[in-house]
Amino acid sequence: MIRIMRLGQVRHAAPAAASGGDFGGRVFYAVLLAAALLVPLLNLAVPESSALHLSTYTVTLLGKYMSYALLAIAVDLVWGYCGILTLGHTAFFALGGYAMGMYMMRQIGSRGVYGDPLLPDFMVFLNWKALPWYWHGFDSFAFALPMILLAPGLLALAFGWFAFRSRVTGVYLSIITQALTYALMLAFFRNEMGFGGNNGLTDFKDLLGFDLHRDSTRVGLFLVSAGALGLGYAACRHIAASRFGRVVQAIRDAESRTRFIGYRVENYKLWLFVFSAVLAGIAGALYVPQVGIINPGEFAPINSIEVVIWVAVGGRNTLYGAVLGAVLVNFAKTWLTAALPEVWLYALGALFVVVTVFLPQGIVGFLRQRLGAGS
Amino acid sequence: MLLVLLALCLLWMSTARADDAAPLPVDFPGLVAALPQADFAAKQAIVTRMTELHVPQARVLLAAWLDNRLESRRSDGKVFVVEEHDGTLVLVDPFDGKGAGEGAADDFERVRSNNALRKLLKVSIAQFDLKDPDPRVRAAAVRQMRRDLDEDTVTALRAALTQEKDGRAQHEIRVALAVSDLGAGDAAVRLAAVRALDGETAADVYNALKPLAQDSGTESDASMRAAAIGAVRHIEVWRNFYEALETLFFGLSLGSVLVLAAIGLAITFGVMGVINMAHGELMMLGAYTAYVMQQLMPHHVGAALLLSVPAAFLVSGLAGVAIERTVVRYLYGRPLETLLATFGLSLIMQQLVRSVFSPLNRSVATPEWMSGLWQVNDLFSLTWNRVYILVFSLVVFLLLVLILNRTPLGLKVRAVAQNRGMARAMGVRTERVDALTFGLGSGIAGVAGVALSQLTNVGPNLGQSYIVDSFMVVVFGGVGNLWGTLISGMGLGVVNKLLEPYAGAVIAKILVLVFLIMFIQRRPRGLFPQKGRAAEGT
Repeated sequence: MIRIMRLGQVRHAAPAAASGGDFGGRVFYAVLLAAALLVPLLNLAVPESSALHLSTYTVTLLGKYMSYALLAIAVDLVWGYCGILTLGHTAFFALGGYAMGMYMMRQIGSRGVYGDPLLPDFMVFLNWKALPWYWHGFDSFAFALPMILLAPGLLALAFGWFAFRSRVTGVYLSIITQALTYALMLAFFRNEMGFGGNNGLTDFKDLLGFDLHRDSTRVGLFLVSAGALGLGYAACRHIAASRFGRVVQAIRDAESRTRFIGYRVENYKLWLFVFSAVLAGIAGALYVPQVGIINPGEFAPINSIEVVIWVAVGGRNTLYGAVLGAVLVNFAKTWLTAALPEVWLYALGALFVVVTVFLPQGIVGFLRQRLGAGS
Repeated sequence: MLLVLLALCLLWMSTARADDAAPLPVDFPGLVAALPQADFAAKQAIVTRMTELHVPQARVLLAAWLDNRLESRRSDGKVFVVEEHDGTLVLVDPFDGKGAGEGAADDFERVRSNNALRKLLKVSIAQFDLKDPDPRVRAAAVRQMRRDLDEDTVTALRAALTQEKDGRAQHEIRVALAVSDLGAGDAAVRLAAVRALDGETAADVYNALKPLAQDSGTESDASMRAAAIGAVRHIEVWRNFYEALETLFFGLSLGSVLVLAAIGLAITFGVMGVINMAHGELMMLGAYTAYVMQQLMPHHVGAALLLSVPAAFLVSGLAGVAIERTVVRYLYGRPLETLLATFGLSLIMQQLVRSVFSPLNRSVATPEWMSGLWQVNDLFSLTWNRVYILVFSLVVFLLLVLILNRTPLGLKVRAVAQNRGMARAMGVRTERVDALTFGLGSGIAGVAGVALSQLTNVGPNLGQSYIVDSFMVVVFGGVGNLWGTLISGMGLGVVNKLLEPYAGAVIAKILVLVFLIMFIQRRPRGLFPQKGRAAEGT
């Protein structure tokens, strides 16, 4: 009897977060919609001479932030809602990116430096004669698109299947996710892997027939990213509010108890993890055409940890907080690395410390507290 | 008076005539002085005479000559052993072996040699070494000669064998003669040579025997080839054995680095449950301490390195205490947050080092006693720095075990780790113990950094590359278990090196990582899980 009552106490935090989530969510949708309307307008309709004109560089930058925000949502879903601190989510991000990159590589066709109709430049350079088997099919988008979802999804499924069934939790899970992305990074650095080695995949020409260097394509990519972010947010919000999401949050708060009540904890964790990985893969696939390159550096463990800090800065367990954090931190990064490059790492490091020590609920939590105290 | 003058005159004439008629001065300085003017025939005579005289300095001079490093000064005809550096010659006096300043290359003329002379020089040098009082030098001389045998050296060796008393040197000479006999016209001599060489392991013996053992090889005689095959096989067995031993050593060496890196973590993570992502950067601080110590004492490389061990312990330890007091203590019980905060600290520390020392890598000099090879035998040699680091890691490990198990501090650390509340109730000042424990773990990271500075260059990213590995070592060994850390670190190092020849370094590393991921999933508490109640709390 007592145990059941205490379980109720532990869970009381969730409805509060959900009720607060409505307002934040509405703000998120409004801002996203405004951006989706204004950005194309300011870039394409406003003449370049005007002060209101938005450069294509900025549009691409914003599109990049959108894909980062989607990645941050994916991380928040598993960390904020399920307590799985993943330090390897950029592995899924990069896999999605590589799948997209492979498609765009094949699209280059004979326009590469070596002009080989079949082989990408780096393979010609390495003196390869035939296309490796795993590159087949990537010339069609109908094949590449499912691969963008499947590659990260299957890896997450295999990894999560073992990890969650054997009840690896907490710090241990964090460390092996980090080892996972580290191992992938080492693997992708090898030329023999057939993914371009050190240099990765780059020099893309077009996507679905649209020239990547044209402004309208850039705007299009931004809109697709914004759309994906909106849909991803809605999906995560839906999951969080569903019965499934309730169980997931119960697992976060009291894993053993949830298991003893009779839920198959590992299955809940596994499917949430796989969904999150797929979301990260989509984010990666949107990221690559906008930055124009994907290389093994994307797998670096430090990148994954950085994503976690975006979520922490914005405020985890809210989803829109993750978006806020991703955009804010990346904006600061863009600005600081250009203006004061040596200060950036100090700032990022300080951010980690300050947020974890003083703002455990992030900016959103801080604002909510202030507003709550004020009203 | 007249008589005296006449006598002087005669004397002068006689010496002058001696220069012409008797071409050879009798002593070493005279021989050296005669070198610049001598023609090749005279030079041969001089070399022969020097060999007979057997003056130790002559060997140096002859060796330099063979290397084309013997020059005479145009102004006064003096001969020097030289070393050329960018057009200037560093002069060494051939009589006392001391430096004699520098000179411009244009002011000197090389003492020339031809093929016949060079051959003579080689034999002559070997004969010097063969007469060295130290039997080890004699043996080494024979081994040296064995690489380049010809009629003259063989003759010299045969002569030396009759004189040789030392067993080992005798043996080396016999081996050398046998190697030369492999090319003899008489099949019986060849067969005897192969038999004599059976059991030898040196690389040049192997290379000499190998063509005889091959089907398409130079040897036509069947019994002879069988003997050669047998001898080659023997060498190969030993080679494989020592290769395995070498792999084991490389593995242990890698393992010792892993253990050094992980052992501090085993304290902060294993005992305190704190995820210290800045651990690698504390190692980096230690490595930079070694660098700074060496800058402070540029003329005492060895002493600087020894002193940097306690210095690095202090620097990193104090940094650790500072981290614990300012950040970590607010985050006890929230391991994931600790992970993030300390990661932030690691970024700050990296950038700090970049600002202070520049982003370039710095190299820390290796003291003489740590550099070079330890040649155990023909097939097996170890690099001294790796041997020292292996020993060092074991010493650090044992010290740590002693501290934890035999000192009051260790007692308190273990008490707080097992049951914080109870320890507090018993009067342990847990906050102080936390700070000291964290400082201890961090200090050991600093000490590890000193060791690393001897293996790689010191740079701001030094620590980053070890952080994933060292966490893996701790988790694999079983959190909170120092012996587990030792065994897992050494084990992973050996496994890594065992896989390397088959899979390549990167794949080996990936395989080990995948193995660890799988292992942790099968046994999340590592090889040697902690037992009892402390293990249950998560």
